[in-house]
Amino acid sequence: MGKFIRQLLPFGSLMLIVCILAALRPDTFLTMDNFLNVLRRSSVYGIVAIGMTFVIISGGIDLSVGSMLAVCGMIGAWVMGTTGGIAGTIAGVAAGLLSGLANGLLITRFRLQPFIVTLGTMSFFRGVALVMKDGQPVNVPDYKYLGEGLIFGAPVSVLIFAAVIIIAMLILKYTPLGRYTYAIGSNREAAFHAGVRVEKNLTWIYTIVGLLVGIAAMIQVSRTVSAQPTAGLGVELDVIAAVVIGGASLSGGQGTIMGTIIGTLLISFLRNGCTLLGISTNAQLIVIGMIIVVAVAVDQLAQARTKKAGI
Amino acid sequence: MRGISKRFGPVQALSEVDLTVAKGRVHALVGENGAGKSTLMKILAGVHKPDSGAIEIAGERCEFEGPQEAIEAGISMIYQELDLAEHLTVAENVFLGHEPAGRIPFTVDRKAMFNRTAELARRLNFDIDPMSIVKDLSTGDCQIVEVLKALMRNASIIVMDEPTSSLSETGTQRLFQVVRELREQGISIIYISHRLEEITGLADDITVLRDGRVVQSDSAKKMDIPQIVRYMVGRELTDLFPGRNVKCGEVSVKVENLSSAQRVTEVSFDIRAGEIVGMAGLVGAGRTEVAETIFGVVPKITGTIIIDGNEITINRPADAISNGIALLTEDRKRTGLCMQLPCGWNITLPNLDGIGMAMVIRPNKENKIADEIASRIGIKWLGPQSPAESLSGGNQQKVLIARWLLAKSKFMIFDEPTRGIDVGAKKEVYSLLNQLAEQGKAILFISSELPELFGIADRILVMRRGRLVGNLKKSETTQEAVMHLAAVEGS
Repeated sequence: MGKFIRQLLPFGSLMLIVCILAALRPDTFLTMDNFLNVLRRSSVYGIVAIGMTFVIISGGIDLSVGSMLAVCGMIGAWVMGTTGGIAGTIAGVAAGLLSGLANGLLITRFRLQPFIVTLGTMSFFRGVALVMKDGQPVNVPDYKYLGEGLIFGAPVSVLIFAAVIIIAMLILKYTPLGRYTYAIGSNREAAFHAGVRVEKNLTWIYTIVGLLVGIAAMIQVSRTVSAQPTAGLGVELDVIAAVVIGGASLSGGQGTIMGTIIGTLLISFLRNGCTLLGISTNAQLIVIGMIIVVAVAVDQLAQARTKKAGI
Repeated sequence: MRGISKRFGPVQALSEVDLTVAKGRVHALVGENGAGKSTLMKILAGVHKPDSGAIEIAGERCEFEGPQEAIEAGISMIYQELDLAEHLTVAENVFLGHEPAGRIPFTVDRKAMFNRTAELARRLNFDIDPMSIVKDLSTGDCQIVEVLKALMRNASIIVMDEPTSSLSETGTQRLFQVVRELREQGISIIYISHRLEEITGLADDITVLRDGRVVQSDSAKKMDIPQIVRYMVGRELTDLFPGRNVKCGEVSVKVENLSSAQRVTEVSFDIRAGEIVGMAGLVGAGRTEVAETIFGVVPKITGTIIIDGNEITINRPADAISNGIALLTEDRKRTGLCMQLPCGWNITLPNLDGIGMAMVIRPNKENKIADEIASRIGIKWLGPQSPAESLSGGNQQKVLIARWLLAKSKFMIFDEPTRGIDVGAKKEVYSLLNQLAEQGKAILFISSELPELFGIADRILVMRRGRLVGNLKKSETTQEAVMHLAAVEGS
């Protein structure tokens, strides 16, 4: 019951925002093109946010996803230039996987805090992305399929997002990895004493994040038909906000994929709405910042309420 | 406190409770878990508001809007989980939130703080350095720092909730000394404990609660332990310990020459199938460390572990579990349960392989398995979906026992399984241990309470300073002999 209410709240806010925008800008907001645009944007951020959901449930954090997004895109586009689209895509995704694995191994082998490790790799990955082509973007004018392609009228990027959602839900609910993710986040010591291979599972989790960032990076490259070394600046904050708005706790043990999707859509619609209403991107930062704090505060209050009522 | 009633939703936690605590007396409050002791104390401390009834202190009627007002009225609570700032000094903790101002604005007069703390400690004949960091103190000394904190706030009533549950014998004696000192100085103590032996030794008055009502309140001299137990449970508990019908098989577990960096030194013992071996020792003797070393929580330096004739390699708990070893840890909050997660998940956590869910979890079947095992050992819950934190201490412990029952382990280590649970639940734990032994499991039972060791174990190992100093048949020894071995150097 409490779980249901907590899901309802972000969903309600999402609906509210959509309704307000529909009322204020019916002609520009309520169009197929606009919705598809929002969904395409959401698919890049949403795929990263799903990875972040695993990390946050496990009680960790990954600050490097934004920089990783840039470095994967750069590597993918660079390989693409010499060997073609498919090889480039694979290279970009593989770069993500290896970056995530590196994060995971650093965290588990050296028993470092995820915050510190990913703060370091955040800077490292960004540096690599910038150094690769001296800060210049790599253009891939023919690489349009992931960003603009359609399958039976549905955008490829959105379909990939949907597939990632379903797989992530299945992993969290029906596999030991998902179960251990919750257990480690809820009480790492207890999980260890119950025979959970904490370090192995955490390495997997950070590797999954890397893999998903790699996929998201290639969609992003395809959307803009270029890889920017400055891509994904500040994405980690948007993504963490989406997960937390979706009801996950930064202290671990709580969170759902459904919540994260709602959180992602909420932020996407907010940004879209601000643009349609003519609010500058600079002022958007103010709006988004306030919404994040309000959303989490309301969630905390609701949680305290249900707990009290539960006694 | 007069006529106190309190309801939480459908549960009547307290009904018409009267409690009168005289000045300068130690008043013990006893009752099974869930009898309403904690609720009553939380009302006294201003955490909860009563639905009806009144609190009077020194003849004056009080109504507390919050804990701060209760503290100002002279009531101090010392909870089971101490709330001290670990990295600060004793004096800083004592004065936390009430630091004396220094001469320069916004500074603290540290010298006054240290002097005053030393003075308070002297008042209790308690030897402690106000400059020492709380993290370095024993649990017992931390309790006393809490007492100092209460004194600093001019408490006239101090409530202690299970203060000795994690104390060694010496720590307990030290604390009792302090309690008696407080009484001499006219401070009233409300003392909550499950250990009836210490209550009858310490308390002046005893109030027994059952199901939210006072069933007996009288001078301690007029009550003995069997009587108190009768009031607590409302029935005779003549057979607290099940009759043991020992039919030990072959040696099942052999531990040889076990040493670890954490205190354990050359420990060797064996356990037969169907045997319950108790392990006694003072806090800090290395009993938990032996269990953790066997289970792979801490690495061993030397030693072999042989189960059913095969030497096994254990590098982590996962290895121990797959070799049929179970460890019920002493601290169910820290190393036992994932509190926010469903009980069912907690039960199956180490067993996903064992119930055929190594690749895919089937939630319906999982819930059914958890439900079955729960009804077998009588866990009271709203279902396997309810979070572990919603259960009482005794039921939480049973969830962990259910976990290891499901694991079908051959060698089960129980580290203080009855700590902080009530008499009724204790009895159930004893009979579960007995059943497990009858099924041919080898059981190592670690406990600080000698009566229960003697009640249930076939053999008793005694630890002192990381070494095994005794291996005694129960029939050939006494509680005094075991205590002597555990406590006296060179015996």
